[in-house]
Amino acid sequence: MKHVLTFLELESGPRVDVTWDGTALSLPEGSNLAAAMLAAGVGVFRHTPVSKAPRSPFCMMGTCFDCLVEIDGVTRQACMVEVTEGMVISQPQELGGQVNEM
Amino acid sequence: MAAAAEASELGLSVTIIDEQPRAGGQIYRDVDKVSPSRAPILGTDYTDGKRLTESLRQSGIEYLPGAVVWAIEDQFRIMYTCEGRGAQIQADRILLATGALERPMPIPGWTLPGVMTAGAGQILLKQSGVVAKKSVLVGSGPLLYLIAAQMVRAGTPPVAMIETQTRSDLGRALWHVGGALRGWRYIMKGLKMLAEITLARVPRYSGASDIAIEGDDAAKAVTFIYKGRERRIDCDIVFLHHGVVPNPQASRSLRISHNWNAAQQSFVPKLDEWGQSDVAGVFIAGDGAGIGGAKAAEQAGRLAVLKIAEDSALLSTQDRDLKAAPLRRELGRELAARPFLDTAYPPYIAALTPDDNTTICRCEEVTAGEIRGYAKLGCLGPNQTKAFGRAGMGPCQGRYCGLTVTALLADANRQSPDETGYYRIRAPLKPVTLGELAAMDDMVQNSAE
Ligand code: FES
Repeated sequence: MKHVLTFLELESGPRVDVTWDGTALSLPEGSNLAAAMLAAGVGVFRHTPVSKAPRSPFCMMGTCFDCLVEIDGVTRQACMVEVTEGMVISQPQELGGQVNEM
Repeated sequence: MAAAAEASELGLSVTIIDEQPRAGGQIYRDVDKVSPSRAPILGTDYTDGKRLTESLRQSGIEYLPGAVVWAIEDQFRIMYTCEGRGAQIQADRILLATGALERPMPIPGWTLPGVMTAGAGQILLKQSGVVAKKSVLVGSGPLLYLIAAQMVRAGTPPVAMIETQTRSDLGRALWHVGGALRGWRYIMKGLKMLAEITLARVPRYSGASDIAIEGDDAAKAVTFIYKGRERRIDCDIVFLHHGVVPNPQASRSLRISHNWNAAQQSFVPKLDEWGQSDVAGVFIAGDGAGIGGAKAAEQAGRLAVLKIAEDSALLSTQDRDLKAAPLRRELGRELAARPFLDTAYPPYIAALTPDDNTTICRCEEVTAGEIRGYAKLGCLGPNQTKAFGRAGMGPCQGRYCGLTVTALLADANRQSPDETGYYRIRAPLKPVTLGELAAMDDMVQNSAE
């Protein structure tokens, strides 16, 4: 996981604590989770089941599924979720019930 | 939103099922929530959307935000999930306003982290006030200029614009300049954006070819050929865009007939002058019916509602036509600049039928070469590819590879896109969990009202 800040937040508001793969992140409350993670420097959201290639949000509108993460044990699209206090977020363990053979 | 307001005025009972958590669609996304400091960056065409979201608060409109439709069954039982629960609703008629998707732009490296659609860049800005520090815009078309201008206004101009349209595209487009003049409002807007981009000294490389994105676990640079020379531009973020196409998922799942539209290089649903499809009772308005923009979508939505009101005996045929005439005039004006824009900013050819090594199915990581290989083995249409490999079977359900697979097979088999066809789209349109389905049982009784 890399923490290079490639994005900038134009405004600042109240923030809440969440964890991402075990590390603490402070994200704007109620903001879009994918956007907030990008702005916090999260570079890779998941790895593909087929070739283990790294992925991060591509469409931000719920169609590409490259932003899949596990939130409190449920795999969801980060771009369709709002940030709430105490979320436990991690890279998804398995995708669409598919077996990882490679 | 415009159609719903019109419909409730005419006495129809209306439910809007909106996938987004807040009203506005993609164009006016989060317009009610946008901070005053961001409004000037986004421009008045955007803030204008408030007019529409306000009309939603009218009585008679049931508005369901954050509701994701995953199936539409015959005689219109609509299944959706909302806040982790499944639910359903019964309707006499459906107006699909599912809008457009950005045309997929499969080029080498497009699956790397840090590569996004230009639309994604816009959503980051509109919804979250998040902008890329060191980005390159790649592709062509009005939306590319719009996002560049907004980035300039936000104080983070792109490092460069790598544009794929050529001078001869512009030359051909001049044949349509008459229409463009009728749609002068759009042309003026475009010129104003270009002036802003030039003023900010954003380098523009138009007519670029052989574009590829470099990087191992993130985008690092874009390479391309410009005026016969190889170029390389460092960046962290790449925004891709070469036009938009109708979102086919819902209309395809309803088995509505589609035709290939050569000018827009995409399939469009077959509709009558009211936007009614060949599946009775299903109407389509807006970019989902063919690309026309947000204002044209309003007129088209209102026209569909007039027909629905007439069918429901709430409006006489005479009144319907009387009300329709000014809408049709406005619609004509809105669409006038289209042929000019379509010709001046065609899709990037190398991304329509990519090189063999380029991944075209993001979900299952299938390359263009593999699809061509299927064609050699006798694969004629997109639905047969599923017998050869997993293209189109991932969670995006072919949204980002469908048109490419059609183009590759049509090309390899020397058939037209119409002959080649498109993926058959089946429910669920979006993934549903068992928990959501289980939660639906208790809802069935309640939803009978
Ligand atoms: S970024 Fe595409 S689905 Fe979330």
